[in-house]
Amino acid sequence: MNWLDDPILRVDHLTMRFGGLLAVNDVSFAAGRGDITALIGPNGAGKTTLFNCLTGFYQPTAGRIAFSSEKLDAEKIETLTRSARKHDGETFLLERMADHEIVRKARLARTFQNIRLFQGMSALENLMIAQDEALSRAAGLSFIGLLGLPSWRRAEQAAVDRAVAWLDRIGLKKRADDPAGSLPYGDQRRLEIARAMCTKPALLCLDEPAAGLNAAESHGLAELLRGIRDQGETSILLIEHDMSVVMRISDHVVVLDYGQKIADGSPREVREDPAVIAAYLGVEEQEEAVEEAVLSGGGA
Amino acid sequence: MPAERFVRALREAGWATLVVAGLSFPIIAYRAEPDFNNLLALQPRWPLFWQFCAAAFLLRFLLAFWSGDETKAKAPREKNWPKLPWLGPLALVFLTIYPLAVVALLGPQAALKWVDTYGVQILIYVLLGWGLNITVGLAGLLDLGYAAFYAVGAYAYALLAPATGLGFWALLPVCGLLAAFWGFCIGFPILRLRGDYLAIVTLAFAEIVRIVLINWDVVTHGEAGLFGFPGLNFFGLPFIPGPRGFAAHFGLPFQGIQKQIFLYYLVLVLALLANLVSLRLRRLPLGRAWEALREDEIACRALGLDTRNIKLTAFALGAFFAGIAGCLFALRQGFVSPSAFTFSESALILAIVVLGGGGSQLGVAVAAVFLVGASELLRELTFLKSVFGENFDPAQYRMLLVGLAMVAMMNFRPRGLVSTRAPTIKLGATS
Repeated sequence: MNWLDDPILRVDHLTMRFGGLLAVNDVSFAAGRGDITALIGPNGAGKTTLFNCLTGFYQPTAGRIAFSSEKLDAEKIETLTRSARKHDGETFLLERMADHEIVRKARLARTFQNIRLFQGMSALENLMIAQDEALSRAAGLSFIGLLGLPSWRRAEQAAVDRAVAWLDRIGLKKRADDPAGSLPYGDQRRLEIARAMCTKPALLCLDEPAAGLNAAESHGLAELLRGIRDQGETSILLIEHDMSVVMRISDHVVVLDYGQKIADGSPREVREDPAVIAAYLGVEEQEEAVEEAVLSGGGA
Repeated sequence: MPAERFVRALREAGWATLVVAGLSFPIIAYRAEPDFNNLLALQPRWPLFWQFCAAAFLLRFLLAFWSGDETKAKAPREKNWPKLPWLGPLALVFLTIYPLAVVALLGPQAALKWVDTYGVQILIYVLLGWGLNITVGLAGLLDLGYAAFYAVGAYAYALLAPATGLGFWALLPVCGLLAAFWGFCIGFPILRLRGDYLAIVTLAFAEIVRIVLINWDVVTHGEAGLFGFPGLNFFGLPFIPGPRGFAAHFGLPFQGIQKQIFLYYLVLVLALLANLVSLRLRRLPLGRAWEALREDEIACRALGLDTRNIKLTAFALGAFFAGIAGCLFALRQGFVSPSAFTFSESALILAIVVLGGGGSQLGVAVAAVFLVGASELLRELTFLKSVFGENFDPAQYRMLLVGLAMVAMMNFRPRGLVSTRAPTIKLGATS
């Protein structure tokens, strides 16, 4: 139960309302440091809405999102909540922060359900833009960069090296100079993950990373994600429909349905949870069919 | 099937003629003119109307007949230009010797027009095109009011030069900074707007600037404009006849064209500097962020880029270049008035950027030379008067030329003259 002992993210009573629609209703959960946490649920369960709240794209109606790449301390969270501040340098209240601050200060990166690469720019450029923070600092309001001083050139080289290391890791080094939009679909998915990783996140949020991938590709993706987790610097939170991926790699599964959390636990617990089975397959008591469908999804 | 094709072409031509007839009926068939009593009298012009319809029918028929089967999908026929690495240096050499060569060939009197109108004027538009290219081509923010910043630069010089007594070397950056400040100001309220909405607000902003210039009589002298402000000098030496002038100091005979030649080189150097800055900025985080903003704003935010700053800098730097160009415009004309900064001016600069292919420096320069140079060349076609009569003024057909260029572009190079984009950084990994 790592997510209770040492969480990197704690969501408390999060609610997101669009007019009369309650997309996320009083959801609380925690994601463990160094874990792969999966967020699953039927279509329209509010998973992506929750993601958008975490990453600052939506301002939640109510609730608290506490995050710390170092150590999430309950007392600190309370102190911070009572103050008007967004963060104390270590603990961050994400619901108070703008999207770009969340990436830069709290170190949370995300990908999108429908891939959002900079299509016309090369794969390498995509990864360079992700390292904007370090590069901008080195370029000194562009003046140092305009003059081409050595400190800028060193920073640029370091960024290129980092980008190339990632391209190599996802097998795209040969196509570094090709426009991202010209890459095959599976490569674009992996490039988007590499781009998010280039922002050096403490928590990587992936919105359906395996959508549209074939069996071999989603296997490769699972290996990539496990590799990222095992390096120990980045925890992962992912939304996924592909149960084979979820069951194979995740340490912790949170299930949403109609905006509410219906289950939370290890993959095995969740798989056997009657509420989850009902949410996915309907409430009719067709025990055998249910068992079989869920297990065949999870056992591959 | 020639017969089938003939019938189809006939049908298409019939439709086209109907459309032309419908459109031209109210404007061509009758002309409304005030008569002696200042009442509107309708003057029928039916022969002209029939001529228009006949021309439309014939042209459309020929086009449909010869262009073949329109129903089949066509492969994109856009081709890349061959790589011409010598083109840049060659253009540079040509631009450097151009004014001197023209003077040597035509003599100082006849060369004035070629240096001033074709040299300085086109170069100012190249500078404007490169400036707007930052906002529109790189950052993808459609700006329909670019002439406003141009006006700010021109009026800043015309007002500040007599008031402060500073020379143009000191005022040149001031003009740029003032325009950039206004770019910054217009940038703020429109941060959350996109696409069409953004374009409309920039259009409105330009109109506000123009109307303020017209109505703020005390300062801007309204429609009459400002003149008589100090002109160009060569590092303190004015271009005047007499012992204290530039010519006497260097032991040269005084000629009016010396000032234009100096202005030409000044604009050339500044334009090249602007080019260098934008080329280098493209490779810096700021320039990459502009292009990323054009590609996908949401992805930018997800990568921690502050889109507010990116938009503001794109607007401000584009405006800075326009301010510099405005200052040079004031120096060239010796006279500024609101009529020089109308919407058609913004449209022309935007046409240069669009025709050039957003994002390409060379394409923009070529488009500026073509659009501005060709419309000036129209004025030279005086021999057409012998064909169309004494009242024919070829310069009136300027906008027609812009329109034709746009139609040709959409047909042959829909993404601009130079549409290929070179990556800002290359690994060159082939193995």
